[in-house]
Amino acid sequence: MEITLILGTPLAGALLLALVGHKRWAPELNALMSLVTLGAAGLLTARVISEGPITALQEQFFVDPFNVFLVALTAFVGFTTALFSRPYMRIEEHHGRVNPARLRLYHSMYQLFSFTMVLCLLSNNVGILWVALEGATLSTVLLVSLYRTPASLEAAWKYFILCSVGIAQALFGVILLYFAAEKVLGAGGTALLWTHLYEVRTQLEPTVLSLAFVFLLVGFGTKVGLVPLHNWLPDAHAEGPTPISAVLSGLLLNVALYAVVRSKVLVDGALERNFSGALMMGFGLLSVVIAAFFLSRQKDIKRMFAYSSIEHMGIMTFAFGMGGPVAAFAGLLHMSVHSLTKSAIFFTVGHATQTTGTQNMADIRGLIEQSPTIGWGLALGTLAILGMPPFGVFTSEFMVLTTAMHEHPWATPFLLVALGVAFAAIFGKVQPMVFGEASARRLPHPPALVPVFAHLAIVLVLGLYIPPYLVGWYRQAAAFIG
Amino acid sequence: MDQTFSGQLVNLFAAFLLLIAFAMLSQRRVLTLIRLFAWQGAALAASTLIVAYSTGQTHLYFSAALAVLLKVMLIPWVLHRLIDRLQVRWDVETLINIPATMLIGIGLVIFAFALAAPISEMANTVTRSTLGIANASVLLSFLMMIVRRKAVPQVIGFLAMENGLFFAATSATYGMPLVVELGVALDVLVGTFIFGIFFFHIREQFDSLDIRHMEKLKED
Repeated sequence: MEITLILGTPLAGALLLALVGHKRWAPELNALMSLVTLGAAGLLTARVISEGPITALQEQFFVDPFNVFLVALTAFVGFTTALFSRPYMRIEEHHGRVNPARLRLYHSMYQLFSFTMVLCLLSNNVGILWVALEGATLSTVLLVSLYRTPASLEAAWKYFILCSVGIAQALFGVILLYFAAEKVLGAGGTALLWTHLYEVRTQLEPTVLSLAFVFLLVGFGTKVGLVPLHNWLPDAHAEGPTPISAVLSGLLLNVALYAVVRSKVLVDGALERNFSGALMMGFGLLSVVIAAFFLSRQKDIKRMFAYSSIEHMGIMTFAFGMGGPVAAFAGLLHMSVHSLTKSAIFFTVGHATQTTGTQNMADIRGLIEQSPTIGWGLALGTLAILGMPPFGVFTSEFMVLTTAMHEHPWATPFLLVALGVAFAAIFGKVQPMVFGEASARRLPHPPALVPVFAHLAIVLVLGLYIPPYLVGWYRQAAAFIG
Repeated sequence: MDQTFSGQLVNLFAAFLLLIAFAMLSQRRVLTLIRLFAWQGAALAASTLIVAYSTGQTHLYFSAALAVLLKVMLIPWVLHRLIDRLQVRWDVETLINIPATMLIGIGLVIFAFALAAPISEMANTVTRSTLGIANASVLLSFLMMIVRRKAVPQVIGFLAMENGLFFAATSATYGMPLVVELGVALDVLVGTFIFGIFFFHIREQFDSLDIRHMEKLKED
């Protein structure tokens, strides 16, 4: 019931907004649809906490502690981004960068993207998970090129080609997985259902599964933005409208990583050695280090935070690669806090670029003087994402680091150096943007800053004190995947 | 139809698939490329039909019908209309000259067979020997996407890659569950339309479909 509502609302929203998305009240309708989805996600979460994992619709959908927490997070960030997008897109329209027809496309695709995200998370069928993840690319690609500038078209083309080719590799992985599963579960519908695969994971053919995992990791890893498959990510984040940058970083990357972790659980069951973990640690570490060094070379503010997303996805991939309850706990916590912090940063960055009319960091100055809330939002968000205590990012990064010291001491120096370099690069660039002489103009609509501070407050609370039920929840999920 | 005969027929069509993949690599004209893509779809559908008939897997009839509808008729038609409207009949430029591309292609085929060998041995389908070919056509399409400079051949390369994957699914496992196949088909179809929309945007902006114009976003 809740599942139908969660999946049905954004789908209905997409159809509805395809008709009325250009109307004056369309942004409110968009936010309302996301609010209904959030409510349904809340109901579902409550039910899973009290009743345990459930399956629905002939086992095509399933909910367990791991995906329900991501569903709640996705619905929440989806809703707050819709709130942010109301004034943001109105200001863009006022500045003449979008017209009503494009706004209709934008609103409709925003809901469709939310639909593919929750479908991906809730689907029990690995094949449908693939279809939904490809659907996520298809629904956002025209949004990346929404402004139709040469740069945005180039970014969208790159995004489309690289992600489609990447995800085609994942399809081959799914075929191999099905090939291995079919021998144990028999041909037909159940052989791709994750819950069934999980039960027989120790009987699956190890050679096939290790090959399948390589393809799945490369395929889904392209969407996670793992180096060296990350080329699409900074362009797509920088050239699209900012709400889309926020949901790409906050939702899509998480969901793609979710797909990788789900595959890893199966492969770990079939293989004796820690093959998948080693691969993920390698890719994760490489992403952290390379992204950290690229950070200092960025001139565009959205590009810089896109590289920061690659870095953080690397940390999570590394954490899940290490495995074990503590590292998996840290990975899940980092998923939540990164998603909230990064989307909050993109909200402030969006308004900051609107007030100054540029994404070039050298031209953005004195945000606090012009608009204290935007300035402080960006400053606090930046401190949070850099892992300053008492924010939640510090907690999760600290857990990743201490676990790494225990189990893989060789990796710690790389992580520490990368975090240090990232700190120096981002802090050094954000500080003059926030303080200094103002160079800004007034916005025609009041900016949406409630989502920013709501996100940062949650991240702060998660850093100071994680409520016991949330700890239990994370622990259950971590035990499941660790 | 007995198993060995149908097995040989499937092998025959698999060979066609690989040949067409090579033909696409060597082809300079966009129109011929689309025609080849349609033929590849036809070979795919025919081999799926034979597997369906000889093994009695009814859902494969649907897959075959889907392949004919989508890959032989609808997508080539859409592509035809597109290049008519965009008037791109000119020859395709390649980054590497064609003989060199063919040599790389042969190397890829050998690699693909080596990769598929351990898995083929485990398969118990009549079609297992064709897994190497499926793998090879995926890699060849990949190569085509890399060496082509124009947007349209890149997209045909992508679609041909999907053909290879579809063939891998039928040859290793008698096809994925129907719901997944329908989903994949939907994605491919929507993807083709979006590519189409894109072509117009790109042309409007750059006056050309040459992706060389789209190499501005680089790290400096």
